[in-house]
Amino acid sequence: MDLTHSPADEAFRAEARDWLAGHVPASPLPSLETAEGFAAHRAWEARLAADRWSVVSWPAEYGGRDAGLLRWLLFEEEYYAAGAPGRVSQNGISLLAPTLFDHGTQEQRARVLPPMAGGEVVWAQAWSEPEAGSDLASLTSRAVRTDGGWRLSGQKTWSSRAAFADRAFGLFRSEPDTPKPHQGLTYLMFDLRAPGVTVRPIGRLDGRPAFAELFLDEVFVPDEDVIGEPGQGWRVAMSTAGNERGLTLRSPGRFLASADRLFALWQERGSPASARDRVADALIGARAYELFAYAGASRFLDGESLGPESSLNKVFWSEYDITLHETALELLGSEGELADTGWSEGYVFSLAGPIYAGTNEIQRDIIAERLLGLPKGRR
Amino acid sequence: MRFLLDAEQRAFADSLDGLLSSADTPSVVRDWSRGDHTSGRALWSRIAAAGVFTLAIPEAYEGVGPLPVELAVAFVELGRHAVPGPLVETVAAAVLLTESADPGPAKRLLPRLASGEAMATLAPPGSYALDGDAADLRLVLTADGLRLAPDHGPVRPSLDPARRLTALPPSGELLVAEPPFVRALRWARLATAAQALGVGLALLDRTVAYVGQRTQFGVPIGSFQAVKHRLADAKIALEFARPLLFGAAFTMTERDVAAAKVAACEAAYATARTALQLHGAIGYTAEYDLSLWLTKSRALLGAWGSPDECRAAVLHGVSGDGRRS
Ligand SMILES: Cc1cc2nc3c(=O)[nH]c(=O)nc-3n(C[C@H](O)[C@H](O)[C@H](O)COP(=O)(O)OP(=O)(O)OC[C@H]3O[C@@H](n4cnc5c(N)ncnc54)[C@H](O)[C@@H]3O)c2cc1C
Repeated sequence: MDLTHSPADEAFRAEARDWLAGHVPASPLPSLETAEGFAAHRAWEARLAADRWSVVSWPAEYGGRDAGLLRWLLFEEEYYAAGAPGRVSQNGISLLAPTLFDHGTQEQRARVLPPMAGGEVVWAQAWSEPEAGSDLASLTSRAVRTDGGWRLSGQKTWSSRAAFADRAFGLFRSEPDTPKPHQGLTYLMFDLRAPGVTVRPIGRLDGRPAFAELFLDEVFVPDEDVIGEPGQGWRVAMSTAGNERGLTLRSPGRFLASADRLFALWQERGSPASARDRVADALIGARAYELFAYAGASRFLDGESLGPESSLNKVFWSEYDITLHETALELLGSEGELADTGWSEGYVFSLAGPIYAGTNEIQRDIIAERLLGLPKGRR
Repeated sequence: MRFLLDAEQRAFADSLDGLLSSADTPSVVRDWSRGDHTSGRALWSRIAAAGVFTLAIPEAYEGVGPLPVELAVAFVELGRHAVPGPLVETVAAAVLLTESADPGPAKRLLPRLASGEAMATLAPPGSYALDGDAADLRLVLTADGLRLAPDHGPVRPSLDPARRLTALPPSGELLVAEPPFVRALRWARLATAAQALGVGLALLDRTVAYVGQRTQFGVPIGSFQAVKHRLADAKIALEFARPLLFGAAFTMTERDVAAAKVAACEAAYATARTALQLHGAIGYTAEYDLSLWLTKSRALLGAWGSPDECRAAVLHGVSGDGRRS
């Protein structure tokens, strides 16, 4: 049992802190859900990448620093404490990259990862469909074999950042007549500007085009953009879905920084008294999440895989995030309603947490069945 | 940084678990609740022989401590098995005596606590002492210091039948003029948090087993989603309280300990509510063993610092620390 970081880890943290202190933009970038903001965030990704801070945990050959999970956690803590911008490349870095590390070819990694690390190619996740949400395996978009590749047709939706992104990755049905819906799916990457792709931005609650619908009409994808074996897409996708729910999507650093800001806000406002307990709970929750992450990182370093435990994370952070923002709005009083404060934008975004990355109802099923061993029931 | 229990600590937990599993603690609890302390004393000796009380006592007084992480490991097991008695109070008493300026009382009394020969209880200022009728050393904090009370007031029942509350007279031999109550309180809170986590884990385990076996409408009730989701929430609350507990045992800061106390006690209490609901009427009976953990979860929530006091300590601790480093 040890919570002290080695001098080398502390040195890494200090290096990150210094770099961030010298480079984080003095005023916040425009929202990344606008064309202008998207461009500004891309430029920030390039700045991070130039000094190898955009993907610290990746191997050096792809632009990383070979830093382990623990150093990544320390980096994230510094990143959010420094008030650095949101990451426009999040989907690619936390979902597609781990998939390529596990299932991609050497050629795919060399081709896809460096431009992802530098923000030159921003990726969108194309999993959901109008009729396939929680029951993702019921998806019907098709991949049909053709010379040298595949032709994609169908409709995807709720694809975050697809309004401005460059490429997307997702699951398609390549064998229509399998006995089970999870079979016969293929995981592949495609260009959002390829002939046959129509992107229709959808306004989020606050009206910004934060996600989009994708209409695909015979879109050609070469064989080299299939990830893993054709027909094995479900397995490929599920092996990395844990990343989305688990740490890499929401690092403790983010909540530690938010809890510190909430505490400062409470000290500044001091009222209403009814919010005091929730301010304390925000501090307690951030610490719990931090230590839970350290325990997970320690097990990971011992060679264990985290598996369904990531569902515990998902429910915890998504509910935590909402309560934290609600508390902030309460402390702000009538100003809490103003849409241009960081807190209210964060609040609106937090509301989606229990829905995306697998709804919290689905996560609770996973916890009950896979971690507690309760019998499967009717869905 | 390796924030996990090591092999030795895990083996210690397993050996205590084995000891307590074979001890039929439910019948010990029932004896204790009736004021019959014989089986409880015998169990106490075995727990002491396993080294539990030595963890809070330094070598100079025949202990091996202070080892708060190991103490937390032990108290999780004591909670999981619903062991009755002034366990937390004995630890707090040991810390009070250890840290006092005058080593005389420590030399005289601590070896007896370490060996299990004596059980201590302690009344926080303005409150009751647990099991004053069973304890050999009754410590009372008075305006002028820590005293060894000669006797105890009438036994009053707690909502947890296994906890018997007694007032102590503010009199008796003056042991220490300026006892380090703040430090002792930290240890008491840590031990209570650990015990509560153990109580919560036992409630969850028993409930998972029950809903897997009880059928209604032709299927196990554990296959109903409403049932599953309540248990999933209990699991989440307990699994996020666990690292807080061990993190607090590692740092022993006031703030971390208070955070662990709130989180572990509230998680255990919420799990108790779920456990009772999912057992239905049988859970609401004194005959069924579940009751032994149900009522304890509520008692521990208030013991040694209510959630309100602990939250205040968390906020206060942050003001003191400034930005985390
Ligand atoms: C902000 C945001 C960003 C997103 N980004 C992306 C993205 O980038 N790429 C992408 O592919 N998708 C994305 N999504 C979509 C997201 O993955 C889906 O919304 C999610 O999987 C749920 O599907 P659904 O919305 O169709 O809801 P449904 O599946 O229709 O569910 C509706 C409600 O019913 C409940 N429900 C459904 N089935 C069960 C069950 N078996 N048991 C209990 N309750 C059940 C759900 O929990 C939910 O509460 C995003 C969503 C949001 C809100």
